[in-house]
Amino acid sequence: MNLNATLIGELIAFAVFVLFCMKFVWPPLMSAIEERQKKIADGLAASERADKDLQIAQEKAKEQLKEAKHQAAEIIEQAKKRAAEIVDSETQRAHQEREKIVAAGQAEVEAERNRVKEELRQQVATLAIAGAERILARQIDAAAQSDIVEKLVAEL
Amino acid sequence: MAAGEELTLSSHIQHHLTNAKVCTTEAGVSFNKACSEAGFWTWHIDTIAWSVGLGILFLWLFRSTAKKSTTGVPGKFQCFVEMIVEFVADNVKDTYHGRSKLIAPLALTIFVWVFLMNLMDLVPVDILPFIAQQVGAQAFGMDPHDVYMKIVPTTDINMTAALALGVFILMIGYSIRIKGVTGFVKELTLHPFSTSNLPLQIVLIPFNLLLELIALVAKPFSLALRLFGNLYAGEMIFILIGAIGLMQLPLHFVWAVFHILVIVLQAFVFMMLTIVYLSMASSDNH
Repeated sequence: MNLNATLIGELIAFAVFVLFCMKFVWPPLMSAIEERQKKIADGLAASERADKDLQIAQEKAKEQLKEAKHQAAEIIEQAKKRAAEIVDSETQRAHQEREKIVAAGQAEVEAERNRVKEELRQQVATLAIAGAERILARQIDAAAQSDIVEKLVAEL
Repeated sequence: MAAGEELTLSSHIQHHLTNAKVCTTEAGVSFNKACSEAGFWTWHIDTIAWSVGLGILFLWLFRSTAKKSTTGVPGKFQCFVEMIVEFVADNVKDTYHGRSKLIAPLALTIFVWVFLMNLMDLVPVDILPFIAQQVGAQAFGMDPHDVYMKIVPTTDINMTAALALGVFILMIGYSIRIKGVTGFVKELTLHPFSTSNLPLQIVLIPFNLLLELIALVAKPFSLALRLFGNLYAGEMIFILIGAIGLMQLPLHFVWAVFHILVIVLQAFVFMMLTIVYLSMASSDNH
């Protein structure tokens, strides 16, 4: 356990090991660690940013959805109103049309009836005259038949 | 334990606690017992081989991970390596407030290297020395009793002293670089007793110098002896437990589990104190 030349040998070995470690071992390991730390920090920051962006986008989407719903309700309301208007006006028009058609029909019927009446009157007059001629031909008792003729004429 | 019958317990322990030595004598390159007269120029080849091997293992593992390291999703081993690196970097950042490219890699090297060397303590104490004895006896025709193999480099005072001396040199270097030579000398001579009375101050300088020098030198000594003492004692207890027969198994388990804590803690303490000492050396305010 006495000191001897081994001390010198170990001292040299120690110096060489420390220098080697300082030149070739420590810097690459440390730079790898530091670079990874930076990477992780960047990644965390990016994820935080993305989180915030997502939140903003979600809020925006919610707002847009609300607006769209509102617009849709408005459009439906308008459509309903318009439909009611259309139905109203059509009903009114149909009523007018019907009255017009009915009026025209009645006028036509009236005219036809008048025409038929006139025609009938003429035929009846002719018939009455013919009847009267036949009666006159068989029995010329004008006095006796004068009441019949009067009656016929009165009937016309 | 190759020739267990003739071994007494103390010689067995002695054998386990002796490093393999190489030196040059008049007869050329000699080993172990022939080196007892060689003095300072003796090399503990087992300490050197194991520590350098473990150091290269550490650098190779970390270097290959660093080369393959991606900034994307890391693999499991990369995660493990990065965990250690970040642990060390955090400790350095918390304790050392100056700017230095050296402190953090130094702390990492000390932590992992010392940990790996301490980890050898958990290898059963007899296995590798036994294999070494067999190889030495069969392949090189050596006397098995003259083959030594101490596999835990941090139980060799030379290893821990080398680490502490390296840190001590850096401490002085940082002191001089940050405060300048005059600043460093002032720090050693004008504290802790300082006065505005000039003659009195001159009288106080030797006391200050004595106190500060002791405080300064105590740091590397405490670093080296703490690590050495903890590991040496742990190793000694493993050897003692290993010598008591079958009863060793539960005892061995308990001590090994406890020792897991010790080896990590000692590596951490050595690293932390290195950072603290260098931080003190490079801060101006005393």
